[in-house]
Amino acid sequence: MNRDNRAEADDLEARAAHVAERANWIRRSALKMIVEAQQGHPGGDLSSADILSALYFDVLNYDSQQPNAPDRDRFIMSKGHCTGAFYSVLAGAGFFPEEELSTYLKPLSRLNGHPSRTYLPGVETNTGPLGHGLPVAVGVAIAGQIDKADFRVFVLTGDGELQEGSCWEAAMTAGHRKLSNLTVIVDRNRLQQGAPTEDTVALEPLANKWNAFGFDVVEIDGHDPQALIQALSHQGPRPLCVIASTVKGKGVSYMENQAGWHHGCPSPAQYEQALKELAA
Amino acid sequence: MSDAKTTAGLFDCREAYVATLEALAHEDERIVAVVNDSVGSSKLGKFRSAFPDRMINVGIAEQAMVGVGAGLANGGKIPFVSGASCFLTGRALEQIKADVAYSQANVKLCGISSGIAYGELGPTHHSIEDLAWLRPMANLTVIVPSDPWETSEAIKAAAAFNGPVFIRISRMPVPALERANPTFTIGKAETLREGDDVAIIANGIMVHRALDAAQALAAEGISARVVNMSSLTPLDEQAILDAAATGAVVTVEEHSVKGGLGGAVAEVIATQAPCPMRILGFPGFLPTGSVEFLLERYGLTTDGIADAARGLLAKRAA
Repeated sequence: MNRDNRAEADDLEARAAHVAERANWIRRSALKMIVEAQQGHPGGDLSSADILSALYFDVLNYDSQQPNAPDRDRFIMSKGHCTGAFYSVLAGAGFFPEEELSTYLKPLSRLNGHPSRTYLPGVETNTGPLGHGLPVAVGVAIAGQIDKADFRVFVLTGDGELQEGSCWEAAMTAGHRKLSNLTVIVDRNRLQQGAPTEDTVALEPLANKWNAFGFDVVEIDGHDPQALIQALSHQGPRPLCVIASTVKGKGVSYMENQAGWHHGCPSPAQYEQALKELAA
Repeated sequence: MSDAKTTAGLFDCREAYVATLEALAHEDERIVAVVNDSVGSSKLGKFRSAFPDRMINVGIAEQAMVGVGAGLANGGKIPFVSGASCFLTGRALEQIKADVAYSQANVKLCGISSGIAYGELGPTHHSIEDLAWLRPMANLTVIVPSDPWETSEAIKAAAAFNGPVFIRISRMPVPALERANPTFTIGKAETLREGDDVAIIANGIMVHRALDAAQALAAEGISARVVNMSSLTPLDEQAILDAAATGAVVTVEEHSVKGGLGGAVAEVIATQAPCPMRILGFPGFLPTGSVEFLLERYGLTTDGIADAARGLLAKRAA
């Protein structure tokens, strides 16, 4: 996928339909992986599926056969626990065979519980501990700024993750250096591991925080492919923060907005129901 | 082989670090410096003047500093990430683990003013745990240079090596060593003096003291081998086995007695060539005092090293 092909391709509506269709596939794939492995993080996989689909199936400029090409756009998955969705999108984008998704969490699989670039093409940096993605993304963006390179850098963080101080250390540098090639996407599902973010340590007013750190801020529905495509395609003179309002567990009724599905595995009956709901 | 000697002058290894980095940066535009506001204490003022666009100061933010370093490496740069060793390693330990070592990012971490260089500033500013924290990290090369020449060689070797490296750089004045055959290779220990009664294995600012101790022992008819173990990872196990062949080994480091050079040597000796050992270093958080006072108090002096060697030999004779 690259920007040149897209420019002459479909109109926004058709592109959005493609992103939505692929997002639904990511959801089904992630749940299949979780059921086969009998563990995983379904809540965050489902909340981030549309964002990942918009990135890999529309916005990002990359060649999965040359995963280290210097001019590639970078995507950094700071919420590294959401590997069901992340591995699915990487396989769907051609970084490795889709059949390999069935090895998720199996002994010696390249598909570890958290992504490792030392095993798997398409992973830019190893994540898992929270608050690591943004500083690394800022470093890549500075390298691009020094070289006056065209590539863009995207990082997806959870919202609870923003309680880590390292995020704001990096945000300060991003704002100070006016890293216009940097886009932070917040998967704002409002739930952290055990409770709502606002009951734990409140993040609001979140847009104001990013703005105060020198970012342009766009708030969108993180499940609206058109809004995602448009927001992620925007590039101004300052770094960009896209606050994507999402629903943890999106697409599977009994998981939606349930903190208990942060990690876990559906029963066979629940899995069957989930597939029916995601078939539409 | 003729024995190495210490010279009369004293040098600050940070000067060798920055001079080498500047020279390398002129040749290779991928080299950038990343700092946590430590432009002055890392002595990088001239680098900043020469390469203003290649000096990335993230402010007082060590976690971001190391993460940004990993990102710069991803973007094709060769970042030298410099900060006081106590903060670089302690504050950003998880970033060193996940973003640098585990991710195999081509980042060079320079721990400045390591050990007890900050003397009276106390245990918060001492960095006597850094080697114990970093030594178990897979993929991470760890180098503790002994003098200006070796510091310069270590910086050059790190820049040429594709992978994560930690270099421990002291601010304490040390003499330059006169070597018969100066060669530096990552992972190779340097035998500075042959000897077969006892072996002294040291690194960093303790190496010249170990040489002086060997000279004092020679006057008493004790033949002490001196090994500079500047590469802590990868470790030159053969050099340790050769040292153990003397039958007694003293290790000396400006670090905790736990988990550093002494620990590394003990792991090899205990499993492959058991022999009596003494580990010289610091026992824990240190009381208030100057660098010289603290080195004296814990026996990290020429006399202290020689005494440890004599003690081991006396035990063997008994």
